[in-house]
Amino acid sequence: MHVTRGFTGRPRVPDAGLPPGQYDAGDDWPVLSAEVTPDLAPADWTFRVDGLVAEPRTWNWTQAHELPSSAYEGDIHCVTSWSKFGVRFGGVSLDAFLNVVRPHVSATHVVAYSHTGYTTNLPLDDVTGGRAWIAWEYDGKPLPAEHGGPARLLVPHLYFWKSAKWIAGLRLLDHDEPGFWEQNGYHGRGNPWEEQRYSGD
Amino acid sequence: MTETFAPATKFAVPGRIAVSNRAAAVWQTATLTEIRRETPHAATFRFAVPDWGGHLPGQHLMLRLRAEDGYVAQRHYSIASHPDDAGHVELTLDHVEGGEVSGWFHTVAEPGDQVEVRGPLSGFFAWPGDRPALLLGAGSGVVPLMSMLRQHRARNLSVPLRLLVSARSPEELIYAREYGAETTAVFTRSAPEGVPVGRMAAAHVAPLLAEPPAGGWEAYVCGSNGFAEHASRLLVEAGQPVDRIRIERFG
Repeated sequence: MHVTRGFTGRPRVPDAGLPPGQYDAGDDWPVLSAEVTPDLAPADWTFRVDGLVAEPRTWNWTQAHELPSSAYEGDIHCVTSWSKFGVRFGGVSLDAFLNVVRPHVSATHVVAYSHTGYTTNLPLDDVTGGRAWIAWEYDGKPLPAEHGGPARLLVPHLYFWKSAKWIAGLRLLDHDEPGFWEQNGYHGRGNPWEEQRYSGD
Repeated sequence: MTETFAPATKFAVPGRIAVSNRAAAVWQTATLTEIRRETPHAATFRFAVPDWGGHLPGQHLMLRLRAEDGYVAQRHYSIASHPDDAGHVELTLDHVEGGEVSGWFHTVAEPGDQVEVRGPLSGFFAWPGDRPALLLGAGSGVVPLMSMLRQHRARNLSVPLRLLVSARSPEELIYAREYGAETTAVFTRSAPEGVPVGRMAAAHVAPLLAEPPAGGWEAYVCGSNGFAEHASRLLVEAGQPVDRIRIERFG
């Protein structure tokens, strides 16, 4: 890679929290979704977990809120190269939902899908063990619709296209199945620390 | 269980558009050959990229700049040029306040400078020229739409194409001299005499949806998030199906 003549970049202090190729978006939180923002009221929101599980289950807004609440405070990283530090989300750990449906031992992956039909694939290990949430609050307030409200998936250790907005459900599978962006050229897993942006990275 | 999972979707994945994973993974050297001023805040940067494998209108690329100490900045940019411009790509960039990459382009870059690009990326917003296209853009959001319009012209396509483009003023309308009868410009702050000032409205969209072409429109919306939300709602309210609206938002 050659040096770009006359390019210095913005003043920088090394930040251990910034994955390679990312910049700090500061107070900005860009909206990136390819579809029309749906008009989805909490009363109409449902979340289903099925596939390779002992007891498939659908929760409505009230039932989901009866599960123990769980917060995430930390960083998020978008494949378009911005990162955002110290964000706070409130919701429920995905573990709480999975404990109810009891995954089969043969389950290895999930496909997360939204109320708009968006899909994204994840290894089951990436959404268990306290690493993923169903989030409905941002910074103590209801999650805005354009950021996936009333509820979105939150998998902060992967690029943010994995954190499906307007989450409608998870299906557990015994194989990996590329989702919307993965079929459109993006990486299968999306680990920001390994710069897994595009298929082939 | 090995069956394929497909949720009920209201939102179409354009399976007919193939994306080259190999091209997306390889960085290439791009040599700046020309800078054309478009507006006081936007300019077009033309690059020679000899091994460019071609793209579809609407696709973007990733561009990176490297400082002497190894610091790297990379950004996604929509491609402005049409695919038949072999060995070249053009980008039209706004000069973003404090923008480290757009700032370099607007204050330092000159022909002969080299940067690196990879792509084309993402097939979702692409338009292969096979379906009627209704294009809504604002500000530099018109860039990927211009690639579509240029392809439509260059190939003499007969499939219908209409462009609604919003700018603050005539001076800030990117590509102003290139528009023809297919385009309606909307001005939000100041307009030529006799042209009303205001946001894009139902009155601009409704007539196009009242008499859609055979098979209906494929709608492409590009601009700031505020514009994208507004314009996509206008389309839905005028009857455009949500699964035939593609949105590219400029954060």
